[in-house]
Amino acid sequence: MIQDKAIIEVDRLNKSFGQNHVLRDFSLQLSEGENLVILGKSGSGKSVLIKCIIRLIEPDSGTINILDQDISLLDQDEMDLLRADVGFLFQSNALYDSMTIRQNLEFPLRRHWTKEERDQKAESAVKEALEDVGLLHTIDMMPAELSGGMRKRIALARTIILHPKVILYDEPTTGLDPITGREISELMNRIQEKYNTASIIISHDMNCIRMTANRVIMLIEGRNYAEGTFENLIKNQDPKVGDFFEGL
Amino acid sequence: MALLDKLDTPFFREVGEIARFTGRFFREVTKPKQEWEEFVNQSYHIGYKTFTLVGITAFIMGLVLTIQSRPTLVEFGADALLPSMVSVSLVREIAPVITALICAGKIGSGIGAELGSMRVTEQIDAMEVSGTNPFKYLVVTRVLASTVMVPILSSLAIAISLYGGYLGANLKGDVSWSLYWYQAYKALIYGDFIPAMVKTIFFGFAIGIVGCYKGYNSQKGTEGVGRSATTAVIVASLLVFILDLIAVQVADVLGLT
Repeated sequence: MIQDKAIIEVDRLNKSFGQNHVLRDFSLQLSEGENLVILGKSGSGKSVLIKCIIRLIEPDSGTINILDQDISLLDQDEMDLLRADVGFLFQSNALYDSMTIRQNLEFPLRRHWTKEERDQKAESAVKEALEDVGLLHTIDMMPAELSGGMRKRIALARTIILHPKVILYDEPTTGLDPITGREISELMNRIQEKYNTASIIISHDMNCIRMTANRVIMLIEGRNYAEGTFENLIKNQDPKVGDFFEGL
Repeated sequence: MALLDKLDTPFFREVGEIARFTGRFFREVTKPKQEWEEFVNQSYHIGYKTFTLVGITAFIMGLVLTIQSRPTLVEFGADALLPSMVSVSLVREIAPVITALICAGKIGSGIGAELGSMRVTEQIDAMEVSGTNPFKYLVVTRVLASTVMVPILSSLAIAISLYGGYLGANLKGDVSWSLYWYQAYKALIYGDFIPAMVKTIFFGFAIGIVGCYKGYNSQKGTEGVGRSATTAVIVASLLVFILDLIAVQVADVLGLT
């Protein structure tokens, strides 16, 4: 259920790497419960944008508000606490390959839960997250023993274990076959329904976008070039927009 | 300004970055809430899993040193000094430095490759996103473990190499167990042990910090991981020799030689 209240607000964000201006006065608003897809060419700055939002990369200028907090004003401890409300699914999954699946899922709890809480609730939280992604039987396996699709699901389970209010997805279906990609997209929708999360989804997989997006922003040359529902953008006559939807 | 421009070279920039990284280590290590569980885990990996390699090398080192020194001492009729000479050489210099070089190879490359791989597969970013300070969890624990374990490994290497020396002395001679150890210990003073132990602490720290620095700042995919591991070994080995040279000079100034 999409609410009017903005959960993330990005205002006139700029980021350059040397002479390469990746983001130019980029702005967006994400409402509670909304799935917002950022669409753009490879190297257009989509991943940089969400890494700025989670403060893995510092922007050159502009402001980012998450849950009414300007993240540039937060110290490291405050930012770490805020990160409990913002999940991040990495394109590479970023599972800790020296840890079991159980340890991978328990890892985010160690910062945000007390030892007593972990002793009492960690086991059930890990199992619930694994059940959500349908992989409870992998709990004592190592990431290397899993297929690409399974690893993506485990990474998603690790992302939702703290029940974040927002999830940032960095190309969640890239590198997966169309069937597995569709399963991941369905899973993203199920998780959104269950936990009422808002999401920013970086993708150029049209099936994923069609299945998940409430709204799409086209990031071209670092700017918010076009915005609308998936259906509206397909009908857009602008050639730069049309290139993305060719053949659909 | 001209001098600063001349110093603006990749070498000095790298030195500056390592200094900054080391400064961050000292800031993080003094902040509360250390990752003791991970420190113990790393101590096990760095210490226990390197012990076999260090032990075998130390044994051969003691054996070979004794076998090769014996003919020269016999020539001067000083073969009775063999245990003393071997023990002083091993304790003061050979065992600590060789142990540190082995650790630079095994631990330095291991840390460099592990952290490098974690960096390029975004695992370090994932830690940060989960609210855990990756520097404290990955770097502080490994540097501390290396700083603690290298002196311990070096002490064990001294003991094992002296035992190798005993066997070497008996290959072509006849030295009793008690006489060998009596002579070996009699030749040693605290001034031999203390500088040797102190410098291994610095060796361990250097190996840990260089391995972590190279791995933590790894770039350019799998190629970068390989480069991190290799340069970690090269820089750490070089630092061992430089620190050894400094330690000898300092011990000399302090009258410990």
